[in-house]
Amino acid sequence: MGERLLMKGNEVIAEAAIRAGCRHYFGYPITPQTEIAHYMAKKMPKVGGVFLQAESEVAAINMVYGAASAGKRVMTSSSSPGISLKQEGISYASGSQLPAVVVNIMRGGPGLGGIQPSQSDYFQATKGGGHGDYHMIVLAPSSVQELYELTVDAFNLADQYRMVAMILGDGVLGQMMEVVNFRDEEPIVETDKSWCACGHGMKREHNTITSIHLDPAVLEQWNINLQNKYKTICEKEQRYEIYKCDDAEIIIVAYGSVARIAKNVVQVAREEGIKVGLLRPITLWPFPVKAFEQVMDRAKAFLTVEMSSGQMLEDVMLAVNGRKPVYFTGRMGGMIPRVDDVMAKIKEIMAG
Amino acid sequence: MFLHEVIIAGFGGQGILSAGRLIAYAGMLDGREVSFFPSYGPEMRGGTANCMVVVSDEPIASPVLNSCTALIVMNNPSLEKFESYLKKDGVLITDSSLVQQKPVRNDIRHFELPATLMASDAGNKAFSNIYLVGKLIKETGIITPESFEKALYGVLSKSKHYLIPQEMEALRAGMEY
Repeated sequence: MGERLLMKGNEVIAEAAIRAGCRHYFGYPITPQTEIAHYMAKKMPKVGGVFLQAESEVAAINMVYGAASAGKRVMTSSSSPGISLKQEGISYASGSQLPAVVVNIMRGGPGLGGIQPSQSDYFQATKGGGHGDYHMIVLAPSSVQELYELTVDAFNLADQYRMVAMILGDGVLGQMMEVVNFRDEEPIVETDKSWCACGHGMKREHNTITSIHLDPAVLEQWNINLQNKYKTICEKEQRYEIYKCDDAEIIIVAYGSVARIAKNVVQVAREEGIKVGLLRPITLWPFPVKAFEQVMDRAKAFLTVEMSSGQMLEDVMLAVNGRKPVYFTGRMGGMIPRVDDVMAKIKEIMAG
Repeated sequence: MFLHEVIIAGFGGQGILSAGRLIAYAGMLDGREVSFFPSYGPEMRGGTANCMVVVSDEPIASPVLNSCTALIVMNNPSLEKFESYLKKDGVLITDSSLVQQKPVRNDIRHFELPATLMASDAGNKAFSNIYLVGKLIKETGIITPESFEKALYGVLSKSKHYLIPQEMEALRAGMEY
């Protein structure tokens, strides 16, 4: 273990990216994630990297496309309205099979919305906010330590599968400070990047990176290849935490900062003699359906808690597939669910 | 179980967030689990500011508090907003130079300290938050004065280190008030 440091979530994301070998960051400021850009502006010049504040979010994501095409580890970050602007670029990068990391520190929407924490971009992140049959790997950290570890993992996964990986956090995670333990050395996965367009010195055929395939038969095959890759990821990369579910009758399903509140609920419920557990998806795509099989037999009901109108709820219902009842409670617009509110919902479920 | 859940609230510019960050830092130096969650955005720029700090022996579930064991208040609106968060027998510390209102509850422990006045009498108004932290340390034992001093050295830039003896004096004055 290295030094224990008290750091802000946003700063930890930036530090983790640099530790993971990211030397190219393109961004545009927006609350509540601007500290990522601040940190990058300060640190990138010191490690021989590039920090560039683009003229817009659209410009930033297309700079990401360029750096990723050259085979470099690259990141951009924003918050909800800014991530909407990046969707075209994310679709193009996904179509071109480019590895990149995109961070979304969510705030309340729709539209310009507000600046307080939210989880209402779940659909956008997991179902494809841009056009076409594509997916991103979506990682949902729940602590500052996990912001660090999953950001490093995001770069590895992006390279391994040649695709975009997203860190999906919210204003609580970005703004809070916790203790983080940095490793002495990061587990960086080296991958073959012979596909990249970084100059061939007239010694080989040039590489082409593109998402355009006008022949439908060629484009269909390209899509089949993408889908095969996604299938492999669904089999191999599901991640989740199962917390106090061994004897649980009601299982809360929650991710990110809401999962932290849910842990308080588990504690309070157990003090009152109600057996509640928590299933916390760490990958939102691929959604951890395997986790549900582990807890299905004993569970009497599932309760999804989100800072949204109920978006992950749909994936929970698909995973449960009618075998047990699925309930929902949540808050919107930047309001954070209270322990009392969730407890009230649990008692309502218990009363039938 | 060692568990302190603290809310500090007042106006932007009173050192609300830095007081919270220092407590969290000191808690970390004591080897505890800590979390710090600030209000953010336009609130910081002249409006109300608050932060939530947890110092615990156990891993911290949520950094977002719905209730607290101690509350430091530096303006009237914050007392109205957060008094109900205090658990029974919780510690309420108000800066009586700024907070004229009285708490409505009688199941809490209330301490008044004219921190802003004490700070300006001592010559540095910016340390009013430190007097209140001193009182918090005295009444709850959340951190030690020694770890607070180390936290000051850890958090402040070197150019501000010459102020630390004055800040420690403010902390002790708060503890002894």
